[in-house]
Amino acid sequence: MSGAGAPVAAPLVTDSAELARIALRVRDHVLTAGASPVGAHVGGALSAADILTALFFGVMRLRPDQPDWEGRDRFVLSKGHVSSALYGCLAERGYLPVEELATYARPGSRLAGHPLPGVPGVEFGTGALGHGLALGVGLALAAQRDGLPNRTFVLLGDGELQEGSVWESAMAAGHLGLERLTAIVDRNGLQISGRTEERLALEPVADRWAAFGWETVRVDGHDLVGLLDALGPTGGGRPRAVIATTVKGKGVAFLEDRKKSHYVTLGPDLHQRARRQLLARRATAS
Amino acid sequence: MTGVSAADWAVRYGGTTRDIYRRTLAELAAADRRIFCLDSDMGGLEDGFQAALPDQYVDLGIAEANMMGVAAGLAAAGKVPFVNTMAGFASARALEQVKLDIAYHRLPVRIVVTHAGLSAGHYGPTHQSCEDVAIMRTIPNMTVVVPADTFETERAIRAAVDWPGPIYVRLGRGPTPLVHEAERDFRIGRAVPLRTGDDVAIVATGPLPVTMALAAHRELAERGVGAAVLDLHTIKPLDVEALLAVAVGRSGVVTVEDHSAIGGTGAAVAEALAEHAPARVLRVGVPDRFCPDVGPHEYLLERSGVTVERVVEAALRLLS
Repeated sequence: MSGAGAPVAAPLVTDSAELARIALRVRDHVLTAGASPVGAHVGGALSAADILTALFFGVMRLRPDQPDWEGRDRFVLSKGHVSSALYGCLAERGYLPVEELATYARPGSRLAGHPLPGVPGVEFGTGALGHGLALGVGLALAAQRDGLPNRTFVLLGDGELQEGSVWESAMAAGHLGLERLTAIVDRNGLQISGRTEERLALEPVADRWAAFGWETVRVDGHDLVGLLDALGPTGGGRPRAVIATTVKGKGVAFLEDRKKSHYVTLGPDLHQRARRQLLARRATAS
Repeated sequence: MTGVSAADWAVRYGGTTRDIYRRTLAELAAADRRIFCLDSDMGGLEDGFQAALPDQYVDLGIAEANMMGVAAGLAAAGKVPFVNTMAGFASARALEQVKLDIAYHRLPVRIVVTHAGLSAGHYGPTHQSCEDVAIMRTIPNMTVVVPADTFETERAIRAAVDWPGPIYVRLGRGPTPLVHEAERDFRIGRAVPLRTGDDVAIVATGPLPVTMALAAHRELAERGVGAAVLDLHTIKPLDVEALLAVAVGRSGVVTVEDHSAIGGTGAAVAEALAEHAPARVLRVGVPDRFCPDVGPHEYLLERSGVTVERVVEAALRLLS
């Protein structure tokens, strides 16, 4: 991808075992945020952890030592409420000191419950749902008009697809043929009030994106190798929608696929229990 | 075009501010590849801007919220997007995107709106916008400019290109009189003193209100009353110095605007004076209601009590 003489992006990680180790640390960082006095959106952060790890370590061309590097690929966390997973990823990637993660949501911290602009590696302050895809369309359109190879990735929650503005942006991206734009839907099937299909149904979700002119790819959102493939090079004049099937609370047995995992405040005992379950899962998986 | 530059047109042409805006934008964009024109099916831009500069034009359809987010993304990537919609849609339908995607990130998106105030006339309240200044000026980082005529529009658009952060430029729909007969200094954030007078001050914003203020000045002069007139084309940041210069030592201030009397020029002036130099402020603006019937712009202003007579009356009341 890098042109002759162009500044080189940081090397990518393609080894699945190494990616899995990183994703585990990202999940551990999410639990740290969940253990803050005000808690965190743990469930969706855990469902997104593998997607974020695949993007930041295995796919995106970045220079963590130069966050504003013009040649970088762009990432927009449209589901801004899972900032804890993004911070964990940014810290592991070298954008933030790992020790800073302990300040999550505490007085004076820049690590807010929804990402603040200005934090290294954060392209946009997000959190109000239904905004990120339009921002991604703007970034991708600028690159398209300038003939630049930069890719743009936007991570959306599945419940977020209920916002009408998402579909305005989807329509625009399809119409404009933004082939370097990739939207990833963290399809964990749950929103605060319950199952998405019971609250306001989203299926057939892939067909909906296809109808707006997008190439669609389905992937197991916890299969890191599958994610690298699904997030790989795009083309053909269409933006790509990756529907990543995930489990809310993934990695912590007592949170998995539980509605209550949406927002959790982990007291010291619960935090330790969650960490034990996370590490045990990893032991059986590897 | 006929070899006449946009600047020449601004001086000669007492037509619509929208026309001069579009001419100016096309001229600026032809020389500056960063400038993008974002359209939301406004009509006419496809024959003008798009035909001339297709690579710098994007039609985002009738989807204003998305357009604001796309503009923020383009601006973050180094472009200078001019967003085209109506005042009511920019300030209400797409407000969250304006606030969070654009203003929160202090991105240089230029939101140029038409059909402001009651200028949409017979279209009715769905297309009128008498709240937008109040809304926009409470948003951090936002600059709010309301040019008084084609000359100020041309200058404001030119100045907007490299203005830091987001800017909201509020235009009307139909043709309005030329306020400035000759070239003069125009700077965003600097109000323009148009007439001097020692008894009262009239502070006006927008094409017809400034014209009314000038007419009121003449009528008051005939009655022996000296009314200073200030063209307050920038509501935010407010030119407090110019405001104090016309208000202090006089019997009070009359404000005139094509906007709700709540939250616009009258409010901004009253707030500033209450803090810096307490004075009586009488607001001539659109009452707190949706227009019950329709008609031309001037008719609706009259129905709303935004008239020369009201301005004169208010000035005389300050003196009694």
